[in-house]
Amino acid sequence: MSEAAKDAPKRAGIWLWLPLALFAGFFVLVMVGLLRPADRDVASAFVGKPLPAFDLRAAIPERPGLKTADFADGKPRLLNVFASWCIPCIAEAPQLDALARAGVEIHGVAIRDRQEDVQRFLAQNGNPYARIGADDMSAVQLAIGSSGVPETFVIDGKGVIRHQHIGDIRVEDIPKLMEKLREAGA
Amino acid sequence: MRALLAFLLMLIAAPLAAQDLLPPAPYAYKQLDDPRQEEKAQALMETLRCLKCQSQSIADSDAPMAGDMRHQVRSRIAAGEEPEEIREWLIERYGDYVTYTPQVRALTLPLFAAPLVFVILAVVLLRRRFRKRRVV
Repeated sequence: MSEAAKDAPKRAGIWLWLPLALFAGFFVLVMVGLLRPADRDVASAFVGKPLPAFDLRAAIPERPGLKTADFADGKPRLLNVFASWCIPCIAEAPQLDALARAGVEIHGVAIRDRQEDVQRFLAQNGNPYARIGADDMSAVQLAIGSSGVPETFVIDGKGVIRHQHIGDIRVEDIPKLMEKLREAGA
Repeated sequence: MRALLAFLLMLIAAPLAAQDLLPPAPYAYKQLDDPRQEEKAQALMETLRCLKCQSQSIADSDAPMAGDMRHQVRSRIAAGEEPEEIREWLIERYGDYVTYTPQVRALTLPLFAAPLVFVILAVVLLRRRFRKRRVV
């Protein structure tokens, strides 16, 4: 009984600090949330898996369509998900052109696009694509876990997805993409 | 006068929309003929996240991609797939983020285990309390 009475003031002292400690904890949490907002990109969970089976008709007559087998010839390449109505796709066009000039083969998947729009887009921004498949109902996009345009996937020579780049490719992103292509066996 | 006209035109001008011109997928805005299948599809669509407009479900969103996702869900249901199979198919591609229904994973296990732990704790505490009272 007397021992408990002796302990009481000391224990009360600790409890007294608890609200302040909780407040400090919340404060840190809020500041972290404010200064480093959460990443809203949805990464594909399909990286590391083989491309699902698909066979897309040609988006424009100047380039052949795109099917899964086009990726299984032993050569790593890029799969670029784009659309003529997508503004950041214009921003990444010079970078795609640079990659194509560096010898990287790029296959395009045009999301919900009309032939004349794709043709106009490519006439204005250059055509880095070897093949372009038309994905009218985002079926291939959904099948590979892509959640927007533009997105670029590194596919190895066996047709396995090795890397996903979300958003437009900037100049500073090119070395990383080249590295991922090398890792995939280029 | 010209400036006024230009101003008025500006008011009604639509902003340059980053939106495609293709018509929506067949089942984006069309219900399935079988009301029981449609009910299943609707229930599933309400629990799937629209990836373009991340706090809406695909049932709520008018984003073209949500329409394409509704088309996927409805045509798969019509083909006889179970809603949970379709959910798994999407989780395989987008992770748990795509579904609003919490999945049992190592990370979410405490969420499911906590109520059970509390009930057990309550039973133990109550039993101790009642036993003491009987003794006294």
